[in-house]
Amino acid sequence: MPSYDEVEVGTELPERTFPITRADLVRYCGASGDFNIIHWNERIAKAVGLPDVIAHGMYTMAVAGRTVTDWAGDPGALQEYTVRFSRPVVVPDDDGGAVLSVRGTVEDKREDGSVVVGLVATVNDGKVLTNAKVVVRLR
Amino acid sequence: MPVNREFIGRQYPASATYEVGREHIRRFAQAIGDENPAYTDPEAARALGHPDVIAPPTFLTVLNFRFALEGPVADPALGLDYSLVVHGEQSFELHRPVRAGDVLSSVARVDDIKDAGRNELIVTVTEVTAADGEKVATLRGTIVSRGTAARREA
Repeated sequence: MPSYDEVEVGTELPERTFPITRADLVRYCGASGDFNIIHWNERIAKAVGLPDVIAHGMYTMAVAGRTVTDWAGDPGALQEYTVRFSRPVVVPDDDGGAVLSVRGTVEDKREDGSVVVGLVATVNDGKVLTNAKVVVRLR
Repeated sequence: MPVNREFIGRQYPASATYEVGREHIRRFAQAIGDENPAYTDPEAARALGHPDVIAPPTFLTVLNFRFALEGPVADPALGLDYSLVVHGEQSFELHRPVRAGDVLSSVARVDDIKDAGRNELIVTVTEVTAADGEKVATLRGTIVSRGTAARREA
């Protein structure tokens, strides 16, 4: 676990990649209670103008957040997490799915022992989350 | 058609409490592929100073779907066409981690409805409280109603 003292503004978190498949979305439907049909039915997704089935924004947010909680060690140390959903994550019906890449950089150190981490989350080099920030307390 | 702005400020207390169970936390953590033992192993959670297993930071999204049918978005008088809706922004402010055994109350409030170009933004703030009155979390969500803003003369 990184300590507050050794982290500096500009410290980069380990870059992560997360494959997102159709099976992941079905599991997330069940766990979250969000069964919106555009997350599992290609026919309907296309009928409402989407290129294909898309991931739940909240699923993308949850997965991207692991970049910070895995780094910090204690997920209970996360105090704030904010994102803007800038474009949908399209999930093709194949074995590889979409691949979410997430980079994190410490943008601020607060006097209360927390740090602000800015996240950049992309799929195929397109940003899927913008203004993504996590406030996490370090020891 | 524009969304009914008389909804700004309306409050929607959840009709029931929400009991957070270890198995639901486990299932949610599995669904997001997160193997942190603080979600599944009470001993690991205690070693971090938590009284029981804790939930992943975005877990409280389950409240939105548990009580979806009684919230403002489901009220026909709001005039929202759900097929035009996308999730715009979301934030979680966690005053403390959610943990197994919590019995949570929640109140959703329509904080704002405003134009953003041709779209409208509907901002909802949900306050989540434990059984003893302790504030647990504040959720702020923005949904986008595409293309429904009132047309203005140039």
